[in-house]
Parts: sequence; C-alpha cells; structure tokens
Amino acid sequence: MIAELGHYALVLALSVAIIQATVPLIGAWRGDPGWIGLAKPSAIIQCLLVTVAFAALMHAYITSDFSVLNVATNSHSAKPLLYKISGVWGNHEGSLLLWLLILVLFGAAVAVFGGNLPAPFRARVLSVQAMIGVGFLCFVLFTSNPFERLLPAPIDGSGLNPLLQDPGLAFHPPFLYLGYVGFSMAFSFAVAALIEGRVDAAWARWVRPWTLAAWCFLTTGIAMGSWWAYYELGWGGWWFWDPVENASFMPWLAGTALLHSSIVVEKRDSLKNWTVLLAILTFSLSLLGTFLVRSGVLTSVHAFATDPARGIFILAFLIAVIAGSLTLYAFRAPAIKGGGLFAPISREGGLVLNNLLLSTACATVLLGTLYPLFLDALTGEKITVGPPYFNATFGPLMVPVFLAMAFGPMLHWKRGDLQGAMQRLKFAVSASVVALFATLIFAYDGPWLAIPGIAIGVWMIAAALEEAAYRIRLFRVPVTESLRRLWRSPRSAWGTTFAHAGAGMVIIGIVASSAWQVEKLQIMKPGESVSVGGYDFTFEGAAPIPGPNYSAVRGVFQISRDGVDIAVLQPESRTYQDPPMDTTEAAIRTSWGGDLYAVIGDPTGDGSWSTRFYNKPMIHWIWMGALIMVFGGLVSLSDRRHRVGAPVRGKAAKVAAQSKSPSTPVVAK
Amino acid sequence: MLIPFLRHLITVFFVLGLAGSAGSAGAVAVDRPMDDPALEARARAIHKQLRCLVCQNQSIEDSNASLARDLRILVRDRIAMGDSDDATIRYIVERYGDWVLLRPPVKAGTILLWLGPVLFLALAVMLIIVWYRRQKAPIAAINTPLDEVEQARLKAIMGNEDRV
Repeated sequence: MIAELGHYALVLALSVAIIQATVPLIGAWRGDPGWIGLAKPSAIIQCLLVTVAFAALMHAYITSDFSVLNVATNSHSAKPLLYKISGVWGNHEGSLLLWLLILVLFGAAVAVFGGNLPAPFRARVLSVQAMIGVGFLCFVLFTSNPFERLLPAPIDGSGLNPLLQDPGLAFHPPFLYLGYVGFSMAFSFAVAALIEGRVDAAWARWVRPWTLAAWCFLTTGIAMGSWWAYYELGWGGWWFWDPVENASFMPWLAGTALLHSSIVVEKRDSLKNWTVLLAILTFSLSLLGTFLVRSGVLTSVHAFATDPARGIFILAFLIAVIAGSLTLYAFRAPAIKGGGLFAPISREGGLVLNNLLLSTACATVLLGTLYPLFLDALTGEKITVGPPYFNATFGPLMVPVFLAMAFGPMLHWKRGDLQGAMQRLKFAVSASVVALFATLIFAYDGPWLAIPGIAIGVWMIAAALEEAAYRIRLFRVPVTESLRRLWRSPRSAWGTTFAHAGAGMVIIGIVASSAWQVEKLQIMKPGESVSVGGYDFTFEGAAPIPGPNYSAVRGVFQISRDGVDIAVLQPESRTYQDPPMDTTEAAIRTSWGGDLYAVIGDPTGDGSWSTRFYNKPMIHWIWMGALIMVFGGLVSLSDRRHRVGAPVRGKAAKVAAQSKSPSTPVVAK
Repeated sequence: MLIPFLRHLITVFFVLGLAGSAGSAGAVAVDRPMDDPALEARARAIHKQLRCLVCQNQSIEDSNASLARDLRILVRDRIAMGDSDDATIRYIVERYGDWVLLRPPVKAGTILLWLGPVLFLALAVMLIIVWYRRQKAPIAAINTPLDEVEQARLKAIMGNEDRV
C-alpha cells in the first residue's frame, strides 16, 4: 500500500511539474502576475510529493518489503540498517529517485529563499527547473519505476553489492548528486537569463552561491569516492580514470571553470556569453555523468537486465536538453553585450587563462572517456583509454594552471603588472626553489618528475599564503592593523586562499605518494617479517572471524620501526553470502608521514598467506587538501554579499558601474 | 546507427561494470612473486600497462579479479621463460587485442584521440586571441592620454566638484 502511495505521489508530481514547466513561463512572457505566482507553490508541492515517494521507497527498504521488486533485487533482511538505507540509492531506480528528490529540493529552495529575485525571473528559473523535473519523472515512471511489485514475494532479497556496503560509499552518491543537481541551478538561471535576454552582475551574484555550493558537494563526493577506492579496493589505488570517475570529474572541471568565470561577470560585467555557455555545458556534463553511471548499464552487474528503452530515453533526453539549450543560446547570446574591457595580463585575463586550460582539460577527459565507445560503434575496433593516456594529456594541461594559479589573485583588475606580482610573490618563489633543491638532495634517486612536482605544490601553497599576508599587509603595518584587515577582508578572498592552498596540498600528496611509494608483495608464514620502507611488518597469524552478513579471515601484523613496536594492523578478507563475493578490507595506519597499508590475500594451502604491504608517504594530503578546498568553498559561501542576498537589479547596476571606474578593488591593493 | 551504438554502449559498460564485483572466489593459483627481484620488477611494470579485462579501467596490477591474477601469473611465466618485455606484451595483445592495453597504441583509429587535446588547446588559444584582438581597439582608446579639450573638460568638472 505504501509503495502504491509512493508511486501515486510520483504521478502527481509529474502533473505538477508539467504545470510548473509551462504556466509560469507563459505568465512571465505575458506579464500575468497570477500565472507567474503559480511557480512558487507548485515548486513546493512538487518537492513534497517527491519527498513522499522517496520516503515510501525508504520505508520499503527499512521494513524489507520484498514484494517490491526493487527491494527484493537490491536488499537483504540481514543487512545492517545503515546499508538498508543507503541501499535505497545503491541501485538504478532508487538513485534516480534520489536525483529527483535533490532536484526538487533545490527548486523548493529557490521558491522559498529566492524572495530577492524579481518574480518573473524566478518564475522562469522554476519553469526551467521543472522541465528537467518532467524529464526525470517521465524517465522514472516509464522506464525505471522503483515501486514495481513482485508477486509472489520472495522469502529474502538478493542483497546489495558488498563493495557498496561501506560507510564511505553510503554517502558518496548523495554528495555527488548534490553537486550534479546543484549545477542544474546554474543551468536554470542561465536558460532563464537567455529567455529574458539579460545577463548582468546581479545574475552572477544569484548564480555564484548555487554554483559554489554544488562545487563543494561535488568536491566532497569525488574525494569520498576516491578515498573509498583507496581503502576498499585493497590495492592502494585511489584514481583509475575509469568512465565512472571521469563522469564525475568532467562536471567538476567545468564547474570549477564556471566558478571562476562568474567572478568576472559579477565584478566586471564581462565574459557573460561564455559564462552562460559554461553553465549550460556544466550541467550537460552532469547529466551525461549521471547517465553514464546510472543508466542501468553501469550500476549493478547482477541485479537487473539492461533495457534498450532506457538507453533510448536517456539519449533522447540528453539531446533534448543540450540541443534545446544550445539552440536558445545561439539565438539569444548575440543580444547579450559584453561589458568591461581588460588586458590579457589582468585579474580577468588570469581567469580567462584558468577557463581556457580547464575547458581544454575537460574536453580531453571527455574525448578519452567517449572515444572507445565511438570508435567501437563506427569501426568495431576495441581500445582501452587508461591512466597512461590521461597522465600524458591531462597532466601537462594542468601544470600551467597550477603555475598561473598563484598570479591570478595578485593581479589587478583590467590591467595587471606581472613583474610586480612576481615581486610580491618573492616568498613563494624562494620557498619553491628551496623545495626544488631539498627534493633534489633527498630524493635524487627517485623519479625525476617528483622534483618539479613537489616544487609546484609548495609554490601553490606558499603563494596562497603570501597573497593572504599581502592582503592583510602583514609586517608592513602594525600587527593590530593586520588583524583588523584579517577580519575585514572579504571572506570570498579567504575562500580563494584556502581553496588554492588545498589544491597545492592535493598535488603534493599525489606526487609524493606515487613517486616514493614502497610496495611489497609476498607469500608469508606466521612469524615471518618483511621490511617496507623502514618499517618491519611481522605476520603474527590469521584466523577466521564472523561478521553480520559475511565471514572473514583476519590477519594480524605487528608493525615496528628500529625494533620498537608502533602499531598492529588487522586487514580482513571477507566473503559475503548475499550476493556471494569476496572483498578485501585493507588495514591502514595513518601518521603525519603517510600511510602504512596492509592487505591479506589468499592462503596458499600450506599455512602461508599471500600478503601485500604499502608505504605511501603523504598520501593523506590528497584528501586533506580536498577537504581544505571544500572548506575554502564554504568560507566563500559565507561571504557577506551572499548572506545579505543578491542585490536588486538597480543596485547591482550601480555596483557594476562602480567596478567599471578605474579604482582597484581592496583585494588587489 | 543508434541502436547498434547503444548496444555497444551497453555491452561495453556492462563488461566494465563487472568492476570490483568479480571476486577471487574459487581461484586456486596464488600470486607468487618471482624469486629474482629484477625480473619481478619487470613483471610488475608490465602488469601496470595491462588492463584487467573484467574491471573498470583497472590494471591487472591492482585488481582482485581472478582473471587479473591469471594474467599476472601469465606475465610472470613469460618473463621466466626469457621473453623480453615487448614480446610478453605482444603475446598478451595477440590473445586479447589492443583492448588489453591501457595506453591505446597510436594508429589510424586513435590518431584523433592522441591529437585531440592538442587540437582543443590550439582552438581555444586561437579563439581567445581573436577575442582579445577584437577588444584591442577599445583598450587602445582607454590608454591614450586625454587631449587638450578633454583636459579642459576634466578640469572644469573637477573644479565644479570642489565648489560643491
């Protein structure tokens, strides 16, 4: 009964979405306040209805109602509660419902908190948002209904993929989706602005917080996913450039570019056409990503058969969204006149360079991800595009991004002075030169690429700190004055500092952990010992232990350094029954220097075990850096001008006019 | 065109989707490193270049799948038999095709793949240069100093402001 209620709520939500997608749009066009006013209540009702549907599915999972086909194929009564809940989105149908839920939550947020938007504009935004909703509701209802019944109901379900039964992965999809769907706001704002034919600083101010929030979620989601791969897959790898990862990385790259170009629209009223296009492309890539991962062709290998109807629907919807918005763009963009002019060497110029390189990098990832599919479709030739390709192409494209990142915030708007910026970065220059030589001396026998790699990471961090010090005039004015400036300078500038420094940490983590990793693979008998990069791993034995819905073998390894015991690592090798599958649970010891990583493999049959150990220096900097980037995003999000809300258009026009006057902004001084 | 493409898409992703799920249950052979560390290092370097056929872009070096293990053992066997690195890789490619190589070989079918990033970059740089050029004229106008008439007007305006 509850499942039917959920189904019914979805059908109602579809009818509400159809109304929301049309009536307010026509109302805004005809200037009819009644029709415009319909946008807000319908967005809220649509949100409530989808919430009811989602709650109904969640209820079916928690109560293990196996008469619901989706539950029967993806859940099991013996599963811990957390994974019953996360099982809701651990499959194609449920994950689409989560996507939809987040979409309508964002829509309702605009309806409720968007009081400072002009009513017709808000109506248009909500209509566009509802169009996406209609597409997804149709997709769910007609091809991927999660409420389908199964009669007779089985005694128990077939269970969730054990790899997904992990806290890291339980919350990874919701974060990714919050990111993907967050970009739908930028898309809806862009399309609404195209319909109105007006893009100005106020528009950028409305778009920026949504984009920033989406970016924070997406960064968290990607970091979580790679962390999960690192500790769960059991090989110490954290990024494989596989299509699923790329699917989330492409919107991230485009979203990062969008975040930067919308600054130019906001502050300088320039790059407007490009920013609107980027908003459309970012969301298109999010859609592509969702579908690559969740089209029922990728998710679950064992649970459901692939259905060509889904594939065709997906492709049709993608084409409709992308072609529709790009056609609108082609007609309306020429009418949008660019504003502030600037020289190539300027703050804007730096942001243009950022966009140039990030878009090229994004296009490269897209090419590498889709090329095998197209080649296969066109010629039947099968190739793999793996990490070596991306390292050879994506890597070199990012190096200039990292180098230039330091200069951007140091340049003035309109016309910058590169030499002056370089002089103001003398601390960062010396720090990276010191890092270069230090790495050369201590790690001369390692891979040579690590040497510039570390120096680049240090350069990014040092430059971010130096820019902050410059902003508060540290050591050039009395300390109290610096503190006052520290407090007074805009939070968005602090956001930049954190995000750029965090990116530097990620680079150092990647370079150090891949260049100086020590790995040992061997067959061990209890009592034997292996040295891994200065640490001794002694195998004390392995014994079976029971688990809630699996059985496991746990190995015990004593770790010591110079004869002093420092830790015990207990990796497990688990065997799940429903569905039958083996997983490895690596044991990891994290310290300031890096991670020690132990995996127990299979027994050889004569009392020995195959074991793998890794010593990965500084690898945790990758995720710490990502967290600091997210923190930077949150700090920027708390900036006063987002909190106070976007200004009314008149006021924004004034702000734009002011920024056109040749005064240099606070940050650049 | 559309249907075969989708079918390809589905099969490719379905195969990729087998991902981590392919467990190591029922395998008999064990990953035993080679006795000679130099040979083992060569084998490991080759492992990193070969795709685990049932995984998502994972190399056989980092996969639990039994097929990956079998391939690891096969590579070690070839090396132990005295094959060169190239010969070992060729041996595997002959059996599984180019698909097994994580770095796609440069050939007619992949030329666009390898040139793509360079073309993208060139295109983007060109577009931006054109865009800056179109901007250039107004920028030049900004940078020319005020002429006498303008100076006089500026003076007048500033003077007015002083009085207010």
